[in-house]
Amino acid sequence: MLAGIALTLVSLWYGQNHGLLPVAASNEALLVDGLFNTMMTISIGLFLLVEGVLIIAIFRFRRAKDDTTDGPDIDGNIPLEIVWTGIPAVIVLVIGVYSFDVYSQMGGFDPNAAGDPAVTQVAMTGEGEYGAPLMNGSNPHGGHHHMALGIGASPEKAGQMADLTVDVMGLQYAWIFTYPETGIISGELHVPQGKDVRLKLKAQDVIHAFWLPEFRLKQDAIPGRDSELRFTPTRAGDYPVICAELCGAYHGSMVTRMYVDTPEEFEAWKQQQIASRPDINEVIASLDRPRTDVDYLTPYADDMGLEPEMLRSLHESHTGAEVLTQSL
Amino acid sequence: MTQVDIPASVPAQSSPHAEAERKWTDFFTFNSDHKVIGIQYLVTSFVFYLIGGALATAIRTELATPPSDFVSPDFYNGMLTLHGTIMIFLWVVPAGAGLANYLIPLMIGAKDMAFPKINALAFWMIVAGGALLLSSFWLETPQSGWTSYPPLSLVSGKVGEGIWIFSLLILGTSSILGALNFVVTIIKMRVPSMGIYQMPLFCWSMLAAGLLILTGTPVLAGALILLAFDLLAGTAFFNPTGGGDPVVYQHMFWFYSHPAVYIMILPLFGAISEILPVHSRKPIFGYRAIAYSSMIISFLGLIVWAHHMFTSGTPAWLRMFFMIATMIIAVPTGIKVFGWLATIWGGKIQLNSAMLFALGFIATFVIGGITGVMIASVPFDIHVHDTYFIVAHIHYVLFGGSVFGIYAALYHWFPKMTGRMMNETWGRIHFGLTFVGMNLTFMPMHELGLLGMNRRVAMYDPRFADLNVLCTIGSYILAVSTVPFIVNALWSWFKGKLAGDNPWNALTLEWQTTSPPAIENFEGVPVLTTGPYDYGKTNEALESPSTDTPVLSS
Ligand code: HEM
Ligand SMILES: [Cu+2]
Ligand SMILES: [Cu+2]
Repeated sequence: MLAGIALTLVSLWYGQNHGLLPVAASNEALLVDGLFNTMMTISIGLFLLVEGVLIIAIFRFRRAKDDTTDGPDIDGNIPLEIVWTGIPAVIVLVIGVYSFDVYSQMGGFDPNAAGDPAVTQVAMTGEGEYGAPLMNGSNPHGGHHHMALGIGASPEKAGQMADLTVDVMGLQYAWIFTYPETGIISGELHVPQGKDVRLKLKAQDVIHAFWLPEFRLKQDAIPGRDSELRFTPTRAGDYPVICAELCGAYHGSMVTRMYVDTPEEFEAWKQQQIASRPDINEVIASLDRPRTDVDYLTPYADDMGLEPEMLRSLHESHTGAEVLTQSL
Repeated sequence: MTQVDIPASVPAQSSPHAEAERKWTDFFTFNSDHKVIGIQYLVTSFVFYLIGGALATAIRTELATPPSDFVSPDFYNGMLTLHGTIMIFLWVVPAGAGLANYLIPLMIGAKDMAFPKINALAFWMIVAGGALLLSSFWLETPQSGWTSYPPLSLVSGKVGEGIWIFSLLILGTSSILGALNFVVTIIKMRVPSMGIYQMPLFCWSMLAAGLLILTGTPVLAGALILLAFDLLAGTAFFNPTGGGDPVVYQHMFWFYSHPAVYIMILPLFGAISEILPVHSRKPIFGYRAIAYSSMIISFLGLIVWAHHMFTSGTPAWLRMFFMIATMIIAVPTGIKVFGWLATIWGGKIQLNSAMLFALGFIATFVIGGITGVMIASVPFDIHVHDTYFIVAHIHYVLFGGSVFGIYAALYHWFPKMTGRMMNETWGRIHFGLTFVGMNLTFMPMHELGLLGMNRRVAMYDPRFADLNVLCTIGSYILAVSTVPFIVNALWSWFKGKLAGDNPWNALTLEWQTTSPPAIENFEGVPVLTTGPYDYGKTNEALESPSTDTPVLSS
């Protein structure tokens, strides 16, 4: 009894004070953390119970050296078995409903997420166009329709336009951010604090996954499909952006930063970007991308529908910029 | 109790039917005796374990420091892919098949498996598939992870990927042939006196695992064949460049590979259910609940695969369905864990190496089970999917679960297989090193994943350096921990103390014959005189293990 109370108290305390998660930079992240804390509380209780029983059993029920008799003939206890079937069932039900609710508040059920969710065929249409996923919207005749992919608008914002939409393109081994309203193209993501931000995710070559640990958000960017993440950053600062899906040898280096700016800072950044208006080639060249040479791209040429001339021109410019420019 | 009720019989060696002698060369041939095959599986898979383990040590060495400085990043991905593939398809799965081969016929009183030739074929396919996979070291390593998602797998080297696909096709076929044998043998070949509820729980869990293999593996084969077409013939089933859908591959892959995790744990669930009662001298608690829970796990295991795809192209309602279905699996899993705890509670525990590993199994597996429920929760999994948190989860279940279970089983059945005891002191040292090393390696990975370290990376953010050093130290302890085991096993095999037929005074049938069993297993058809777990059913004292334990009569 006393042990039970102690166990409950320890679990409750640790569930709130584990300090295992990084800062939460959005309200949605706080929801996920609340869910995690609850699961931690239950988990610690269960963990202590099982390990406690094991340790006590080892000490209390050791066979004496000269004892050759068997233990008691107890081979079951139906009420007890019902209890340890029923309680876990209730626990997972509670966690299930709680998770469902959090997912819904995050915007998981927004039917408009990912815009036109048709599967876009990656076109290889005639000369001059290269086999990258269609960057400018989706194919209206494309395949069958899917539901939302990713996290859309939270229920309060359902049906509303986001304050800012950014197109995100994943390619080996970088993220390219395009701001359609201003034409800004950048290797780093800037978003205004407190605004409803929508990221439209695409992948150029293989599957990547866009992960914002401090926002507890992740979504695969899949070639030929659109997906999206929508959230409201509440805490200014800069945060890592990480590719979480194995995408090749330099997968580990596919990282950049997301800056959550105050509205004034964001405005200033925008103006400065528009004024300098870096060319896409410069953006890509400025990215820290290892080994973007011909040797490296050659095995991919086939699959990407690249012409040999393309590769040669790549050699000159030293980067995969052309591929991208063409498809933009 | 038991043994006393059983009329003594002559030792098998002196019986006229047992003139056939086991030669050591049998172990290197196409032999159809299930006991030979079982040991072939176990030894072969252990060799692959050492190779997979060497790769793991190299991986951890690379990760000891943040930059990519030990091997090239391409080769790192090659090592990563081979490590995962070897550990799953050449270590845990075949080790489970090895135990099943050795034990099922003995436990149910049969002379052999239902299809002995197919059984031998299945084993030799492991050797072939394994050799093919290892050839990639010299030709080109596969580099797209053990999951091999297209389009990456289609662009990271045709030779390596081709080797990987064909090797897996061979290993998968072997697994299907093996499972066919297990299922038919268990259903059809029990001694007449053994009803389905007198069957040892290991057989129940192998029945469940066998059914999963038979259902899931053909789908994996389908996915692999289509992938091979995309890779080699330029079709576009999964290749988005030609209008294919890479997400379909993920569905097909996980339709097999989630059940695969149960294929890898169910045999050891079964082994633990055998080992605990023997060394606690108490009946298994809730036989039927444990037996049914295996079957329920096996069924539920078939309808949860997309929990590996929560952040992929999986729409919201599917995410929710697979979340709930996955969480429900925790219930039958919990039934087992609580049943095991109740089995040892109040028993007379002998803390030998087999028991230490069995208790270690419960202690560590439960952590993997708990994190399993956490990552089944979609909002939380969105954060930790494809991070070191998942790496921690899979190793708590596969190392803390399957590998501890295999070790427990090896210590427990070694006397039966070889006729000799293993050394207890070295067994305990082995356990201590393994337990400490395992927790040191994998516990910090939970925190790494939560903080933001993604998996399958050769280079990482320097702020994760300290925890990674801990993991690497732990992995070196694990590497060292296998040494006492290998020395102990080899030495004991030839020089260990003679075991006698039934050194643990166990009640299941395999202990009622000689150690090692004669080629035809039993003298005639054994008759059950006791249930598999009837410890303490009478008040008679146990026979002391040193006296000649009588075997079952015909
Ligand atoms: C209570 C039972 C369990 C639950 C609820 C559970 C749940 C899950 C979930 C949801 C994932 C996907 C996480 C992600 O990738 O984001 C996962 C991954 C995994 N689980 Fe479990 N699991 C359980 C037990 C097991 C067992 C018994 C094994 C094997 C012995 C296992 C092996 C794995 C492996 C290998 C992966 C990772 C696969 C990969 O991505 O490479 N799990 N588990
Ligand atoms: Cu990537
Ligand atoms: Cu799974």
